[in-house]
Amino acid sequence: MTIEDDELIKDFIVESQEHLSDVESQLLTLESQQDGVDVALVNKVFRAVHSIKGAAGFLGFEVLESLAHRGEEVLNRLRNNEMRPTNLVINTLLKATDRLKGLLDSLETSNEQDVTEHIVALERLLNADSAVVEELDRVKKVDAPEEAVPERVSECASQRDSAESISSVIHDAAIVSAVDSTIRVDVSLLDTLMTRVGELVLARNQILQFTGELGNTDLLRTTQRLNLITTELQEGVMKTRMQPIGNVWSKFPRLVRDLAVICGKEVRIEMEGKATELDKTIIEAIKDPLTHLVRNTVDHGIEKPEVRRSIGKPVEGCLTLRAFHEGGQVIIDISDDGAGLNLERIKIKAIEKGLVSQEQVARMQEQEIAQLIFLPGFSTAEKVSNVSGRGVGMDVVKTNIEKIGGSVDLQTRPGLGTTVKIKIPLTLAIIPALIVSCAGNRFAIPQVNLLELVRLEGEQTTKSIEWIQGAPVYRLRGRLLPLVYLRNVLKTNVASEAPQDVINIVILRADDRQFGLVVDRVNDTEEIVVKPLSKQLKGVAVYSGTTIMGDGKVALILDVLGLAYASQVISKMRDGALVDPNGRSKDANGEPQTLIILGTGTSRRLALPISQVARLEKISKEAVEYADQQEVVQYRGKILPLIRLASFLGLESNDTSEDNLLNVVVYNENERSFGLVIDKIIDIVETSLQINHPSAREGLLGSVVIHDRVTDLVDLPAVIRMIDCPSLSQLPSFV
Amino acid sequence: MSATSQSPASQLCTFYLDNQMFGIDVQSVQEVIRYQQMTDIPLAPDSVCGLINLRGQIVTAIELRKRLGLPNRPEGQLPMNVVVRSDDGAVSLLVDQIGDVQESDEENFEPPPETLRGSTRQLIRGAYKMKDRLLLVLDTERVIDVTSNVD
Repeated sequence: MTIEDDELIKDFIVESQEHLSDVESQLLTLESQQDGVDVALVNKVFRAVHSIKGAAGFLGFEVLESLAHRGEEVLNRLRNNEMRPTNLVINTLLKATDRLKGLLDSLETSNEQDVTEHIVALERLLNADSAVVEELDRVKKVDAPEEAVPERVSECASQRDSAESISSVIHDAAIVSAVDSTIRVDVSLLDTLMTRVGELVLARNQILQFTGELGNTDLLRTTQRLNLITTELQEGVMKTRMQPIGNVWSKFPRLVRDLAVICGKEVRIEMEGKATELDKTIIEAIKDPLTHLVRNTVDHGIEKPEVRRSIGKPVEGCLTLRAFHEGGQVIIDISDDGAGLNLERIKIKAIEKGLVSQEQVARMQEQEIAQLIFLPGFSTAEKVSNVSGRGVGMDVVKTNIEKIGGSVDLQTRPGLGTTVKIKIPLTLAIIPALIVSCAGNRFAIPQVNLLELVRLEGEQTTKSIEWIQGAPVYRLRGRLLPLVYLRNVLKTNVASEAPQDVINIVILRADDRQFGLVVDRVNDTEEIVVKPLSKQLKGVAVYSGTTIMGDGKVALILDVLGLAYASQVISKMRDGALVDPNGRSKDANGEPQTLIILGTGTSRRLALPISQVARLEKISKEAVEYADQQEVVQYRGKILPLIRLASFLGLESNDTSEDNLLNVVVYNENERSFGLVIDKIIDIVETSLQINHPSAREGLLGSVVIHDRVTDLVDLPAVIRMIDCPSLSQLPSFV
Repeated sequence: MSATSQSPASQLCTFYLDNQMFGIDVQSVQEVIRYQQMTDIPLAPDSVCGLINLRGQIVTAIELRKRLGLPNRPEGQLPMNVVVRSDDGAVSLLVDQIGDVQESDEENFEPPPETLRGSTRQLIRGAYKMKDRLLLVLDTERVIDVTSNVD
């Protein structure tokens, strides 16, 4: 039978692929139901395979049909409880499913392809008594590797007639395809729709502007309606492009299962928040990085069963995927209960490969060492397996995630496991951006790259900017921030619109590096519709796209990473990735630092590097509450634990403040915040540190002389480590 | 009827640059519009002179005088936009003045003369000998591909 209708065949391929993609996960579920299968589920699989068989026969794809037919028979046995979903059965079915997919991919030649291997395997199952199959399965487990045991199978062959129970097929013949309430739409159509809505949004913005100027009430009312409808339409169209993350995850159970078999491990995968939705383009972009991370976890993260048993962990390792929305972003956690990263080995490897120096490593915190695996060319795999360890890896994951405006963070606890946290924006089509002006042009800077804004006025403009070998730097809370003048990068010679005595610095982050971009004026933040650069401009690295502003004019979107490269803030080697973001490594003796001097008790003085201080706050004593005997206050929507620094360090405290306020120094570490309560803030000084007497007391670095007074230097990270007792880390709000 | 890149077009949209007459295949022209305000693009290739918002579509404008190595347009004279379609969206060509649509006449067509200078030669398909002047036919694809050869 020949069919000319291409459409029909196309539909067949699409539908069959859809059926098969579900079948895989359903088979895996069946495998876990050893003590009686869910008949409804088997029926689902059965129907899917059956409909493929039917259509394949109708269209004349005989090989496909015959393979589907054998699969269907096995499923029928399962359905009638005449066979149990043993490892062997499911394995054979999965392999047959893969082969069906292969046939679909090369449909034109499918009739010439050889599938006897799979048909034989399936028939073997059919011919063997279910009890024998079970036994074989057991034998196989002992015997180790893949290939079955044909002699034994043939012994018990023909105990069952394969051609029975066809009658039960009949009532399943009427197959309900998918759900009637959905239709399939071409993605390009949705893209066009999205573009049009973007244009509508811009036209609306312009009309709003004009209407405001005219002041006609009727027009105003109509415009407001237009405004509302446009916003709703925009949300609606955005929704059509959203897909649940489960679409990407659906491949993972199979991947994990197969990998676990290859690596000789037992791994269970758990998924939470499958329904979390993301824009289609983002789903595409995170597919590979996620797959890579899951692979890595099974291969490196989770220990072999015998190791796990010996240290008292459950034999089966657990890989958890979690997705949820948080603050306009989507967070994806990939965590395992494996061995955690081997920090010692990472150190050695990183030094061996020349990625960092011995001294740099010596100064690093544990979590910073863990971040080293994101450096290009890093791989600790002892041997290169076909699963992972080819030396391209985490850096590619990081780059790909950052390309779509996301970030990757890694937390590891030795012996307890590793968690990789990915943060990604919901959509790339419409993003919040800061609009700045320079040399008569407006530019948009994506908000994800933005850290803060600094405005220098008057004599600050000349005093605060210093020069190192011709490179301008600004001291931001004691830390040197390289400055980049946008007008220099863009090589324009149009006069600045900004008054001479004002300097606007936009502090940006690119690739863990921070730098200050000097612009003429900072305008406002706006939601912008991102449009791609035309071919003519693709070569210009400092732009990532274009957009249309509310007044109808075009503005360019700056590519912060490109800008950083163009201005040589970061070199192509990514050397900047190693700079300690908290400035802790600068604690070494001799270097000038800005310190905040605190008073405690009657005369004792303490000092903290100001680079470690997030904020200074005065908090009313009434605001103090208790959580599990810990003093806490509510601070910016979170719970801030309070630490009485003096009593914590065993020093005398003497609260002299007359008013009802506590002096609190807010300190951030690894996204957690702590409030240090101190008696008084005395001064902020800049000084070279000469630690005279290293302190024996934990939590203090040592004593220095500042302003002729002996002052104890507080080691904040150590203080946090000391209080990092379980009762604190269990409070979810600062994890 | 349809024009391929090999054979000359049947109808040409003509325009003037520095008093020379040029033409492009009328099929590739989307529209002709007045001068529009443009957004500068610092660091862009020389002949790319700005971005235009054409009813919500962002169009890159190419200064044809620069692209063809002609002297700059006298100050105060505003160019016209000839918006052409391309695989990569619309591109606008800035010209001095718009001419008529001309029927092309195979008999009067000649490939570019050997004396034509190097880079420009690639952009010109050939010339039609009109009664009083020459009409140079541009290769639109090459003209808008500013990254391929330096002007």
